Amino acid sequence: MNRTPILFLNVLVVAACGLVYELLAGTVASYVLGDSVTQFSLIIGLYLSALGAGAWLSRFVEHDLPARFVDVELCVALIGGLSAPLLFLGFARLEWFRLFLYLVVFVIGTLVGLELPILMRILKEQLDFKDLVARVLTFDYIGSLVAAVLFPMFLMPRLGVVRTSIVFGLLNAFVGLYGTWLLRPLLRGVGVLRIRAVIVVVILGIALLRADWLTTLSEDELYADDIVYTASSPYQRILVTKNAAGFQLFLNGNLQFSSADEYRYHEALVHPAMAFQAPRRVLILGGGDGLALREVLKYPSVEAVTLVDLDPKMTALSHTFKPLGELNRHALDDRRVQVVNEDAMIWIERVRETFDVAIVDFPDPSSFAVGKLFTTRFYRMLRARLTPDAAVAVQATSPLYAPRSYWCIVRTLEAAGLHVRAYQTTVPSFGVWGFALARLQPFEAPTRVAISTRFLDDATLASMFVFPRDMAPVPVEVNRLDNQMLVRYYEEEWRKWS
Amino acid sequence: MELTRRDLLATFLGAPFAAAACRTRPPELPPGTLAGASHEVGHRLRQGPPPEPSRWESHEVVIVGGGIAGLAAAWRLAAAGVRDVVVFDLEAAPGGTSRSSNGHPWGAHYVIAPSPDDRVLTRLLGEMGVMEGEAIAEQFLCRDPQERLFHHGRWYEGLYLEAGASHEDLRQLRAFEGEIARWSAFRDGRGRRAFTIPTAMVSDDAEVTALDRLSMEEWLDARGFTSPRLRWYVDYACRDDYGSRLHNTSAWAGIFYFASREERPTVTWPEGNGRIVSHLSRSAPLRTGWLVADVSPTPDGADVIALRGDEAVGVRARRVIFAGPQFVASRVIRPWREQPPAHLREFEYGSWLVANLSLRERPVSHGFPLAWDNVLYDSPSLGYVVATHQRGIDRGPTVLTYYYALTESNARAERERLLSAGRDEWADVALTDLSRAHPDLRSLTTQVDIMRWGHAMIRPRPGFVWSPARVNASRPLGAIHFANTDLSAVALCEEALDHGVRAAEEVLAALEINAPSWRFGVR
Repeated sequence: MNRTPILFLNVLVVAACGLVYELLAGTVASYVLGDSVTQFSLIIGLYLSALGAGAWLSRFVEHDLPARFVDVELCVALIGGLSAPLLFLGFARLEWFRLFLYLVVFVIGTLVGLELPILMRILKEQLDFKDLVARVLTFDYIGSLVAAVLFPMFLMPRLGVVRTSIVFGLLNAFVGLYGTWLLRPLLRGVGVLRIRAVIVVVILGIALLRADWLTTLSEDELYADDIVYTASSPYQRILVTKNAAGFQLFLNGNLQFSSADEYRYHEALVHPAMAFQAPRRVLILGGGDGLALREVLKYPSVEAVTLVDLDPKMTALSHTFKPLGELNRHALDDRRVQVVNEDAMIWIERVRETFDVAIVDFPDPSSFAVGKLFTTRFYRMLRARLTPDAAVAVQATSPLYAPRSYWCIVRTLEAAGLHVRAYQTTVPSFGVWGFALARLQPFEAPTRVAISTRFLDDATLASMFVFPRDMAPVPVEVNRLDNQMLVRYYEEEWRKWS
Repeated sequence: MELTRRDLLATFLGAPFAAAACRTRPPELPPGTLAGASHEVGHRLRQGPPPEPSRWESHEVVIVGGGIAGLAAAWRLAAAGVRDVVVFDLEAAPGGTSRSSNGHPWGAHYVIAPSPDDRVLTRLLGEMGVMEGEAIAEQFLCRDPQERLFHHGRWYEGLYLEAGASHEDLRQLRAFEGEIARWSAFRDGRGRRAFTIPTAMVSDDAEVTALDRLSMEEWLDARGFTSPRLRWYVDYACRDDYGSRLHNTSAWAGIFYFASREERPTVTWPEGNGRIVSHLSRSAPLRTGWLVADVSPTPDGADVIALRGDEAVGVRARRVIFAGPQFVASRVIRPWREQPPAHLREFEYGSWLVANLSLRERPVSHGFPLAWDNVLYDSPSLGYVVATHQRGIDRGPTVLTYYYALTESNARAERERLLSAGRDEWADVALTDLSRAHPDLRSLTTQVDIMRWGHAMIRPRPGFVWSPARVNASRPLGAIHFANTDLSAVALCEEALDHGVRAAEEVLAALEINAPSWRFGVR
């Protein structure tokens, strides 16, 4: 019986698997190390040379070719199939991750390089040399093409990195297992080979069933701590991690707060602005975590708070992730609070109410969509929503790491006709952090904290308005809707630190 | 003859691109409407003498055409206390090429912030609440990011392709900017600028007008500007503002585009210049849907015959402002119908296609994020403008306004080419073109509305801008005054506005109404 056509199909599968492992390694490396051009270039080069090494090594395989072919298949299946989760874990655990990455790539490449020469030698008895070379290479290249097309169009979007890796490992293992039937007349010790093959299939099968867990494990490893909550909204990826000190909220991978030291940030953000009068009506822009709100609600004079946050998933997080609700003392459920899920730029153009205090707690201006909320236009509209004695506090990035961004926000508030006092404090999770306090008339910095706090006292309050020499003002342009200078400053400055 | 899809895409997007796009099955098109200047109604003008009116009215002033020029004339007359005015417009809605519908532009969509000398536009923007003291209020200036360019799979900020530019490219760019700066700084013996808006203020010094004898291509060649990126950039400017290419645009006009704005910012609204149309319409006694078929001078004014369906009405007017384009004048003004004046033949108009694409969500882009104006380097189109950009809404549904100018020299053939493709064909062209930058565009698009402009914009051909034909076309014919942007040889909302006010002030003078001019010191 002529089994060669099926063996050629094996060539196709084997080639496809080989290319998929190569692409997976490149993808994982670009993920975790960045600089995709370099990563792909190095990995393709290394992989191709490993194929050569495998081909050269094949000459030392002299006996029991069919059995060795099955062994090689099973090795590729195991290492290639588990390569993606292995690389993710390696990145998190190993000091020498790059070496590990290149080692994995080289081993897979070498094994794949062994496959074709051995297979050709098995088949050489049954075909002319010219036919053999023509057919094997044809199917080899077709297999690569199939994999190259499937990978970006189907595998990555539908299966993701980890599942793709395991699925192709299984394919490889099945080729090996099937080989024990296909090459039966040529094999010795079929039983042992089959047992090995079944073990590999089982291992990969279990891995596939636990793929979600493996994926989380891999994502876990990119964050320092355990991931305890994730959600995706049209606006952002919300992710919470947990460690011994508490939990941390990330939006699109950027740390928003850590429960261990957020009180420093939120006390500094809220209390200076609340110190000028007994505020009745308060506006919070951003701050969907409810932590600034918690501080605001400490004041018995407060009658009504409007909190405007774009993302309903964010303002619902206190319910969907209970520890946050406990941390903000269920502030969002308070009768005095009205939550509005709308773009603050659109909302502020529409409303006609006025407020005694405005707490502006937007994310850092890392995109034009957020940058517009730091413009003279926005601050002018905000100014129109203030009562005569009102105060505004603005989270304003770091005056130490991003001085031009920080002073740009201060100058923009001034250009919008507000009087501004700059202040800063230290939040261990962020480092030195800056804020701006603004009012309609010239004013002195507040001196008294009239509410119970964990961090802020009168002396600390006074010290926040002092700027050391390395945080002195720098000359900057004003951020306007038609120039968005702040986004450009911010991008330049944080590039240095990341 | 039926056009195959491949022929269609090859005609409008280029053969290699069409071949690539046609390898896949033609996708289903989202629904939409086809609109266009009412050329079929307009063609009634060619069918013999107008019918006898069933009734006659008389009015002090009749304005023919409710585009920006006609509306501006009505605005000026109203302010001078002339109340007995009628504005006829052929279309159902006023505004001409500045009009908008459902809050999205169908044509002109911005003005350049006026120089202090441009008192008409400054006054208008002041009335509209756009000015804050001397300056334009921030929310009406085009939001940043304003422009980006798609090239080889990535978006870059700005309209000059700086990524990958060689030293020589950049040297030529700086040299070009130097030439523009020199022209911006130019003042003639009477202190007039070489280039400014409105063009009524520009110098007619021989050194300036000599530029009109060259094409922009010849001007670039003569200065050794060979950089493909620079030439693309200047060619794009010609296509964008005039609907013509380097070789069929006057060098005067090519330089005017760059040198007249002197870094003054762009003023825009979500609905484009539709905002100006609605403001001006308030003071205009409009009659829309009326075709003016005949204007004939009489001993004490002019008679106007207007048609709507089978209805014909005559108006005896003391003065008429003809605010339509000049190619219509030769069919409407009776003595010219019989014997067309030679100068009208010099006015040539480009054809444009505008598509409004309604999207459920913003398309994915690689590189620089979505801007106001989004241009594809390798496309014959002008790219698209994001209608929601100025509203400040950065997520969710939006409308992209896609512009395509038919730029070849033979204007009549280009008009036929425009009209050879219908709603579905143009929708396919727009979607196929933009899909190269946004692979997800088709799946996000819920509607594609098409507007075909047969005579969209006057073309500033070499030799036309400073030709006697153009310079003398603004002169009144008896009691008939002329106002249209084509009289400036460039199609700009600001020019239309100035011509409207000028013609209205000519009428005020003729009616012996004493009103100080709103315009600058006219030469």
